[in-house]
Amino acid sequence: MWAYILRRLLYNIPVYLGIIALLMVALRVNDPVWGFLGKNADQEAYEVKKHAMGLDRPFHEQYIGFLGELATFDFERESWTQQGRTVGDLVADSIGPSLAITVPAMALTTLVALVIAILSAYTRGRLPDKFMMVSAVLGMSISFLVYIIFGQYWGAYVLNDRLGTEVFAIQGYESGLANWKHYCLLPVLISTIVAVGYDTRFYRAVMVEETNRDYIVTARAKGAGKGRIMFVHMLKNAMIPIVTRVMITMPFLVMGSLLLEVYFNIPGMGRALYKAISENDFPVTEVLVALFAGVFILTVILTDVIYALVDPRVRLQ
Amino acid sequence: MSERNGGMKRGEVLLEVTDLRTHFRGEEGVAKAVDGVSFKLLSGETLGVVGESGCGKSVTAMSIMQLVPQPPGFIAGGSIRFAGRDLLSMSIDEFRRIRGNEIAMIFQEPMTALNPVYRVGEQIAEAVRLHQGLDREASRARAIEMLDLVKIPSPEKRVDDYPHQMSGGMRQRVMIAMAMSCGPSLLIADEPTTALDVTVQAQILDLIRGLQQETGMSVLLITHDLGVVAEVSDHVAVMYAGKVVEYAAVADLFAQPRHPYTIGLLKSLPDLAAPGERLHTIPGTVPSAFHFPSGCRFRTRCPLASAECAEREPPLDELPDVGGHSVACHHLKEAEAL
Repeated sequence: MWAYILRRLLYNIPVYLGIIALLMVALRVNDPVWGFLGKNADQEAYEVKKHAMGLDRPFHEQYIGFLGELATFDFERESWTQQGRTVGDLVADSIGPSLAITVPAMALTTLVALVIAILSAYTRGRLPDKFMMVSAVLGMSISFLVYIIFGQYWGAYVLNDRLGTEVFAIQGYESGLANWKHYCLLPVLISTIVAVGYDTRFYRAVMVEETNRDYIVTARAKGAGKGRIMFVHMLKNAMIPIVTRVMITMPFLVMGSLLLEVYFNIPGMGRALYKAISENDFPVTEVLVALFAGVFILTVILTDVIYALVDPRVRLQ
Repeated sequence: MSERNGGMKRGEVLLEVTDLRTHFRGEEGVAKAVDGVSFKLLSGETLGVVGESGCGKSVTAMSIMQLVPQPPGFIAGGSIRFAGRDLLSMSIDEFRRIRGNEIAMIFQEPMTALNPVYRVGEQIAEAVRLHQGLDREASRARAIEMLDLVKIPSPEKRVDDYPHQMSGGMRQRVMIAMAMSCGPSLLIADEPTTALDVTVQAQILDLIRGLQQETGMSVLLITHDLGVVAEVSDHVAVMYAGKVVEYAAVADLFAQPRHPYTIGLLKSLPDLAAPGERLHTIPGTVPSAFHFPSGCRFRTRCPLASAECAEREPPLDELPDVGGHSVACHHLKEAEAL
């Protein structure tokens, strides 16, 4: 297995080199320094900035320099908008808040969606199934923004007002486990409610498809009960699509939820990238996008490894 | 392996199906896949159920095992008595203690019938654990013992194989091992050899027959292959369009078939003694289960069909001259000339 992982990593090096080249070209098509300084900046300030960033060097030198930064994980460039902070500091500070929201949200969403999906498949075509599926579609049909705005209003503002104490913060973030419930639970619940409808429908379809397989008839003929068939026989067979679904969301764990972080003012990776792009913070944008691409590639490799763990028919070679 | 024949001696009635009706609700109406099937299976014997695709033989087997998907399927009537108990009036929890334990079943497609993500040993052991409450170790030992019983070489190694590491014939042996693991008194085999190579077919049939002789269990063999029936059955039920049209001891049936459909089937067999002859065929196709013809369901394809056949359905009556041979036909005399 390790040989497989190593080989996959090696195969993906050219891919990553290509991504980085494309990224660097894309960010340089419109001069990032002019973009940041504005068209009325004087030529001298422009030259100083450009030289400080090394943007006046030939492209291949910049390319090799950036690859060096990525390889050593050493991002010493200073953010253009946040004076005195290097990109490395920014990443280090942002990743914690992102994970504090995304990891519990994904775990909760997957768990809730799987349980609802299995119950729904279990009662397929009957009232509980219909109720759950209608709820799922209703939940999906409402915009994420509506959940955020009403969540903040009812779940934080009105609730705190009624109870007379601050249960959930309307926005903001403090690190530390003790503060987690106060700042993170509401965003986690909101993102769970948003995602659970999509996931439930997907997992239910997967489970329903499994119910028509021959091995289910064999298991029933053996005398296995419905619960055992659902949770022992079907669930393990359904793991490939489930793993695929969960792993697709993996990169977003690291990159954070852009909307949630912006609206709840949580200083995570998503908000950092959003701010960097909207404020023309060239060094931050470049590094964050490059990291995101790397995380994505690693996720795809990891997914294939997990496939082999859940399905004996998958061989890594 | 515990030997258990439902506490019965050989020759007693182990399974009695009476007027079984299994229907399916479809968009076109109700499909009467099984519509008044009756037969008896004696303890220690093999009953072959033959018929074309869609005649209801598999649905009959699935009905006995209560594996018919509901909805759309439902049992519209009849009774199934097994070792003196009425299976259809039992609760599903009661029946689950019989299913896989006293009545076991093997299927047509060994390639897909096993769960692909569990080791074959675990799948055999599951049945034992469910019904006999053995622990992990004891049930694994039983699984190895069963693999040995179905003549899989080096069973202590094969027990840890996954299904995809085995051939079709091996997988069918695993299915049989699973079915035999609790020592059933009735084995239902639904086309167990159809998906296998001819040489493997013979091995599997021999295996089932050998196990039957060892344990004294009864076998309900569903097949469309008359050769298989002739070889292994004691009695035969010929099904057509959801009904049993002829029921007889195997020797009687092959010596003197009485129903025009059975006669047609036997005539359609290729004759090895006279190669090159054009094969006999029964004209037409099986009618749709949504729209069976009135009266006798075979009349649309029968050379002897008369007005009476359209009006009145012939009952499955025992012949006066041959005991235990029942035929559902209005024209028995004319049929003798076919």
